[in-house]
Amino acid sequence: MRFELALQHWEVFASGVWMTLHLTALCLLIGGCIAIPVAFAMLRGGVSGWLATGYVYLFRGTPLLVQLYLVYYGLSQFDFIRETWFWRPPAYLRSACIEDLMGWKVCAADFIPSLRSAWWCALITFSLNSGAYVGEILRGALKNTPKGELEAATALGLTDKQVRRRIHIPSAFRRALPQYGNEVIFMMHGSAIMSVITLQDILGVGRWLRAKYYVPYEGIVASAILYLVITYLLVFAFQLIERRYLRHLNIKAPGAERGWFGRSAV
Amino acid sequence: MKRIILALAASSILTAGAASAETLKVCAEGAYPPFSKTNEAGDLEGFDIDIANAICDEIGVTCELQATEWDGIIPALLEKKCDAIIASMSITEERKKAIDFSEKYYNTPARFVARSDADFTIDEDGLADMVVGVQRGSVHQDFMEKTFPEVELQLYGTQDEVYLDLQSGRLDAAIQDSIAADDGFLKTDAGDGFAFIGGNQNDPAIHGEGAGIGVRKEDVFLKYALSAAIAALRENGTYKEINDKYFEFDIY
Repeated sequence: MRFELALQHWEVFASGVWMTLHLTALCLLIGGCIAIPVAFAMLRGGVSGWLATGYVYLFRGTPLLVQLYLVYYGLSQFDFIRETWFWRPPAYLRSACIEDLMGWKVCAADFIPSLRSAWWCALITFSLNSGAYVGEILRGALKNTPKGELEAATALGLTDKQVRRRIHIPSAFRRALPQYGNEVIFMMHGSAIMSVITLQDILGVGRWLRAKYYVPYEGIVASAILYLVITYLLVFAFQLIERRYLRHLNIKAPGAERGWFGRSAV
Repeated sequence: MKRIILALAASSILTAGAASAETLKVCAEGAYPPFSKTNEAGDLEGFDIDIANAICDEIGVTCELQATEWDGIIPALLEKKCDAIIASMSITEERKKAIDFSEKYYNTPARFVARSDADFTIDEDGLADMVVGVQRGSVHQDFMEKTFPEVELQLYGTQDEVYLDLQSGRLDAAIQDSIAADDGFLKTDAGDGFAFIGGNQNDPAIHGEGAGIGVRKEDVFLKYALSAAIAALRENGTYKEINDKYFEFDIY
């Protein structure tokens, strides 16, 4: 075993970690923004409900890898897509750049989704996928909110809007936390498939090491260790968050004497 | 003499224990037409595959072909998942540090491919703003990293994926074996509108002396047996037969 190879190339692995982490974080952020309206639309029903349900079924019903292939290799087959800005932003946006913004070069074109770039394809696919899964998690949590909790709020004279904003959503989102923690970890692990569309994430770097030095395991083991460390950091972070926000579900925890619904519920 | 070597090779396979005396496990690829591709039935076919079977016939064993991912093909050999690599692998100094090779069984130069109307030149300036695609772990990756370190390089698992992204326009150019590009891409419908750009790229230090059969360093007898088998195929006309099935000229 030649693990010193992975250590020698630590900066390549560091860039792989950055690729995995920043892309996962962005996808969760965008996915979360998609998930909230989707969850409410599914609960409300009607045309928007059907659309949201269809979207969730589509993205939960197909493997992430297939979705990525469809976006990366599929959309690029159509000439009409390749003729729009969304294939490659026009030259004047690509050349409108601010140099040395904290050591980075930022161009106007960087903010326009470009299907030509593997990074954007991964971002779009993973965000839509995460949006569907998180949407389903939130829908379940919203639906399972105890009726009494909402009736109590109404009885206190809160309007429907206030009930939703101050009781329904905070209560449901808290109860969704453990499942959401799982989704975050799944998304981080799932992002490993971005290496098949040329992005050098943690796995991509591991494969690069394998191909460069012909070592069967070292690159992959180094990748696995990095994923393991990040996963446990995430698990730990979610434990802290859950301890804070699900305090009211654990009567032994300090602060439980504040009441069943915690501090901010009422 | 040849007979003795073949007999020794057969016994060395036997003692290797990984396979029975009658089979030689061969790692092939499967996405590098016309040398190797996977047909609709999921079977491997192509020049490499025909050569592999002919060599096994010559040695008197049966080939057990395994489709193996390119970037893990040398590790697979070292891990004894197979006993030989017949996958258009260039014999290079870099690879010789890890494995050993038979004599070459063909030798064709590397060339760039781009859109037919591309007007850049193949040099540091011409490629400056271009995105170039190569197969990960190929000599072409080494070539680009050494010769054009400033050029943006995208790494792909298979050569077929490189062609897909040439077509989609994500890549401005790709560098690969000229015969593979010609028969596997340019002469197909997908290659419509694409052409070679620049001449043959040849850096002996990187491209080596041609494609050989990879074996583990300790399998010395097998190496000699494979080289002897290649020479025999050249002599008895089998090589020409296979060659003419795919190519208009002798690629040896």
